[in-house]
Amino acid sequence: MAAASRLEGMQTAQDLIICEHCDSVYRRRTLARGDVADCVVCGAVLERHQWIGVEGQFALVVTSAIVFLIANLSPIVTLGLSGMSSATTLWGAVIAMWRDGAQLVAFLTAMTLFFFPLSQIAIFGWVLWFARSGRRAPGFARAMWALVSIKPWSMIEVFMLGTLVAVVKAHTYFDVVPGAGIWAFGVLTLLITVFSSLDSRELWTVTREDPA
Amino acid sequence: MNAPPRGRDLGLMSCHVCRLVTAWTEEPHAVCPRCGSPLHARKTGSITRAWALLLAAALFYIPANVFPIMRTQSLSSKDDNTILSGIVELWRAGSPGLAVIVFTASIIVPMLKFIILGYLLVSVQRSSGFVSRQRTKLYRFVELVGYWSMLDVFVVAILSALVHFKILSRVEPLPGVVYFGVVVVLTMLSAMSFDPRLIWDNRKTSQ
Repeated sequence: MAAASRLEGMQTAQDLIICEHCDSVYRRRTLARGDVADCVVCGAVLERHQWIGVEGQFALVVTSAIVFLIANLSPIVTLGLSGMSSATTLWGAVIAMWRDGAQLVAFLTAMTLFFFPLSQIAIFGWVLWFARSGRRAPGFARAMWALVSIKPWSMIEVFMLGTLVAVVKAHTYFDVVPGAGIWAFGVLTLLITVFSSLDSRELWTVTREDPA
Repeated sequence: MNAPPRGRDLGLMSCHVCRLVTAWTEEPHAVCPRCGSPLHARKTGSITRAWALLLAAALFYIPANVFPIMRTQSLSSKDDNTILSGIVELWRAGSPGLAVIVFTASIIVPMLKFIILGYLLVSVQRSSGFVSRQRTKLYRFVELVGYWSMLDVFVVAILSALVHFKILSRVEPLPGVVYFGVVVVLTMLSAMSFDPRLIWDNRKTSQ
């Protein structure tokens, strides 16, 4: 592209975007609804149109927080065996693994299904609350770093599928009654799909430093 | 259509965290002017780290498959299942669809990760210019599917918590599941350490 010689200086740097997978440099374009900008060299997604505004994203985060609460407090499934019944929550699973000698797995489960998703919801909610009025929340830079780093380690949707597999396995020997928790995890999985089309890094461009 | 210029050739790079484009610097302590994160033109020690983590993962993958991951105990029997025997049981119990899903997540995905990451690392070290675009796509595939291997670990966790009927029936986790969890984490870390831009940097024949 002939633009190469005009790319000098920080002034124009704001309009540039570099592909994270092959280092190709592009000028940012205004994307219309539903548009996805792909790298022509390697096919990576450069950016997506942010089809939900900051207010909408905030509403989604609040929804996720409520559903997350339900998912963690309600039993996921209840098993019945000749008059006895046994139910578990997510934390029940964590504690069971810890007690039965699989502490490392208990730790992984607690982090990937509870602490990381919880932090994502809390941190994203925090920055969005301020972003609604175009401001950057206190600790904005660190919060944005945390959001990017935590993202790959949040595994709610895998747990959802795991629960289904466990239910089918248990179904052979026990009566299985799904609890509110499994529905809540199902809704969370849907919400995560919506969030995956959003890029939290866009908040850098829609917010300004507080003048104060 | 002409290929767009590369950041390295224009003296530009972007922040790993906030994507702000800045001037190229090799300075080790440089920080992003916008978000304050350390700036690296490329991930540091990418190839060495990715290899080390991948080899460690491959090593742990052996006990993860050999040792049983779960014990099912009832009044009359005690049944230890490995990953593979659990899948066979699921198939026999009349859920071939789920058996295929678990087989994909627990066996095929980890194997593909070993093969693909190994291939990407070797090809980058040999400065291959062969099918760069496809290799970058393979990398994205590994990143996308990587964490689904945790499936079996979560299945064991839920069953261990649920099936707790004193002496009548119990499910307990066995060491295999710990090794398997470690494999998933190590392969994810290995994929994260790999820098796909190296596929494009090191080409002997630039197109």
